[in-house]
Order: sequence, then structure tokens, then C-alpha cells
Amino acid sequence: MSAVSYGMVVDTRTCVACAACVIACKTENDVAEGFSRDWIFTATSGSFPNLAMEIRSERCNHCEDAPCVSVCPTGASHYGPGGTVQVTESKCTGCKACIAACPYDARFIDPRTGAIDKCTFCVHRVENGTPTTACQEVCPTKSIYFGDLNDPESEVSRVLRVREAYALLPDAGTRPKHFFLK
Amino acid sequence: MQETTSTRVNALIDPSMHIWHYEVPVYLFLGGLVAGLMVIAGLWTLRDPDRPRSRALQLLPWAAPVLISVGMLFLWLDLENPFNAFRFYFTFELTSPMSWGSWILLGVYPASILLAWVSTPTDLRDRWLARLERVPGLGRLDAWVSAHVPLLATLNILLGAALGIYTGVLLGTMAARPLWNSAILGPLFLVSGLSTGAAFMMLYRLERREKELLSRVDMGLISVELLLLALWMIGLAAGGAASRAGLHTIMGGPYTAAFWTLVVALGLLTPLVGEWIEHRHSAVPARLTAVLVLVGGLALRWIIVYAGQHSGWVSDLASR
Repeated sequence: MSAVSYGMVVDTRTCVACAACVIACKTENDVAEGFSRDWIFTATSGSFPNLAMEIRSERCNHCEDAPCVSVCPTGASHYGPGGTVQVTESKCTGCKACIAACPYDARFIDPRTGAIDKCTFCVHRVENGTPTTACQEVCPTKSIYFGDLNDPESEVSRVLRVREAYALLPDAGTRPKHFFLK
Repeated sequence: MQETTSTRVNALIDPSMHIWHYEVPVYLFLGGLVAGLMVIAGLWTLRDPDRPRSRALQLLPWAAPVLISVGMLFLWLDLENPFNAFRFYFTFELTSPMSWGSWILLGVYPASILLAWVSTPTDLRDRWLARLERVPGLGRLDAWVSAHVPLLATLNILLGAALGIYTGVLLGTMAARPLWNSAILGPLFLVSGLSTGAAFMMLYRLERREKELLSRVDMGLISVELLLLALWMIGLAAGGAASRAGLHTIMGGPYTAAFWTLVVALGLLTPLVGEWIEHRHSAVPARLTAVLVLVGGLALRWIIVYAGQHSGWVSDLASR
């Protein structure tokens, strides 16, 4: 449990669906036009006037038991620093098996390269001295937390200890490392 | 009441996944057909290695390497990064059915070509040998192959079965696509491949007893295929919400009509009844039933590939 395990937590109570995280990601990672590595999901439930709304900023869940990694025939999809899920563009054949295998539909083909693209948890930043991801950096309501799940003193560990949280589709069995605060 | 919206608009995924088009089912069909040809050719060779067979039957094993090449062309066309295809052969990924498949395909070539070579009528083979006498080592290879026919036949049966099963397992391992997520897809695609392989052979000018044997075997294969289809659907119907939503794509959903008419009625039941009537009245098995089996085999894969992409965890179930 000593190895670093990067995880992300989004506070659904304070997220206002401004989509700054989406734009920040596109800018930071030069995401292909018409595609996005993260997105805003909103669910409105109930009937007027008793309505409730939940807002989530979603992305690749960087699963511990990632089906996209196990189906990849060339090793292009692999576990990277801090247990994140990464793609080596030069190894990707664009066979799209990982898109089919991902229960979160988090992957897509970058039309410029023909290779798979998706959220990297900004490892190029967090592994090189900048402690934040681009989406986290710009969030105006500070709803995005990122850090080492194995470090009990990290912000993500602390917020997961004191607040009730859930992961998406836990019964898909992929052990996602992306959580949402209720 | 719940209303959900998402800002995600990733082409190929939203509003429902459509990453694999005609190339993949066409490859799966040809791969299954070749698997059937290899298994049948191998079994036939083991069963009566010396008995004279019709010229068409002796030449038919050549169809395997030719058709698998056509199939692999379609597979290659599906790749978004086709010039990285060599990457399949720089590694072996134990948990990836596609990686298994690429190595199986590499074994299919020598095995099927060598079996086709020893099956070729002697007069033709001698003529080819005489023309190719300058190729070094060909004479020795011919001698070695001719002395190891049972080994070669067994290898064709094993590799053919592996090829047929992997095409189903490839889809079956995707837990995220509930319609595919069944271990039965492996044997289902193998049996369907054997059936289409037998049907393909029946298109040629075989002797009457050869056609009758193939047609009898095909009746058994179609029956097993119907049973496997039923088991597959029972498994999904008895599963959780995602499995049932997946099954809905062919039981009430958008692919219902296509599945039941093209696959079940036209591709399985009609040829089964046709073959049965032919046997009852000892008529020569007709080519029409064989064509229907081939159409059904293609439709099976086409519809499963398309309908499976329509099924998923996220699109059918509210996330929370």
C-alpha cells in the first residue's frame, strides 16, 4: 500500500456545471476538435416542484482492474505512474477493442493520429512538479480533488474519510479510482 | 422521473457506440468459414487418407488461405492506425483475445497451405513441382509434408477450432457490452463456422455421397447452433439488468426483426428443413440451402456485432 495510487474526487454538491474543466482539459492536452476527455453529466430527478439535481464532472476512471488494459492486443494501453491508465500512441493500432471494453465509454479515436485518446490524469503535470491536474486547477468552486489514495494525509484521502462518496458502476467490477461526493 | 444530460459528444461513442462497421462482421464470417474449412478438411483427411475423392474436394483446402487473406484485409481496413498493425507481432498479451487471434492467424497460414498442398491431385502437384523445381528445398518440404499428413491434419483441426472459438471469445470477454458478454459466443461462432464451411464446400462439384455426407453433418451443426443460440439467450434473460437490456436489442429492440428473419428463419430453420426434405426424398442436396446457410452465418455475426454495440451499462441504466 506504500506505492502511489492517484485518484480523483468530484464534489457533486458544489459543482455548478460551468464546464471550465472541459475547456481547461482541451487547452492543456490539445484534445482533437469535436472530442473531449472529460464532460459534464447532470441528472434531474423528481417532479416539479420537488426536484433534485446532481452534477458530475466525469472522465476516465483509471480503474485498478481496467478492462481496456486487459483487452489491448499490443500493450498500448497500460498502467502508468501512480496506477493510472495510459496509452502509448506509437503502439496503438486503432483496433478499438478498448473502446468496446470500457463500461464508462471514456475512450475515443483521435482522428488526427488514429490512436486512442482519453484522460491521462495529467501525469505530465503531476509527475513533473505541478501537483494539480488542469481540470482541478481551473475549477472555480474547487470541486475537484486529486492526489494519492494510499497517502492517508492526502486531500483525496481526507475528503473521502469525512464525506460520503460513491463510484460509478461499481458492479462492473473494474475498481475505479474516481469518486463522487454525495 | 429522471432526466439526464451529458455534454460528451465523442464521435463513435455518443449517443450509442458504433466503432465497428461492416469490416468486422465480414472478417468474423470469413474467419469462421475458414475455421470450418480447416476442421472439415483435417477430419476428412484423417478419416480416409487414401480413398479417392472428387477433384473439387481435393482442391477445396486452398480456399482456406485465400479466404483468410480476404478476411484479414477487412480486419486491416478496420484499423484506425493500419500502419501500426505490425505491433500485433511485437508482443503476446495473455489476457487479450485479439492478441491470441493474431498469433493463431499466423499459424493458420502454414498449416492450411501445407494441407492444401498435400491434398492437391497428384497430377497437378507433379506439374507444379516440375515448374518450381528451382525453388530450393521445395522437394524436401514436399517429401516431409507427404510423410506427416496425419500430423498436418490434426494441426488444421486444432488451429481451425482455435480460430473459430477466438472470434466468439473476442466479443464474449467485453463485460461492458452485455449482449456479447457470454462464454457461449465461442462455441456458437465455432459451430456456425463449421456449418458455413460445410455449406461453402457444398457449392462446388462434389460427388453425390460427399454432398450427402456434408449435408447430413450440416443438419447436426445447424441443430447444435440453434441450441446454443437458445442457451445464449436464456443466459442473458436470466442475468442482471444489463444482460436483459442487452438481450432486448434482439428481443423487442431495434435488431429484433433482422435477427429473427435473417438469422433464425432464413439462415437456420429454412436450410435445416430443406436438408431434411432432401434426405427424406433422397434428392441431391441443393446449392440453395448452402447459400442460405452462408447468408445466415454472415447475418448472425453482422447483427450480433451491431446490436452488441448498442448495448451497454451506461446508456441503458441511469448511472446512479
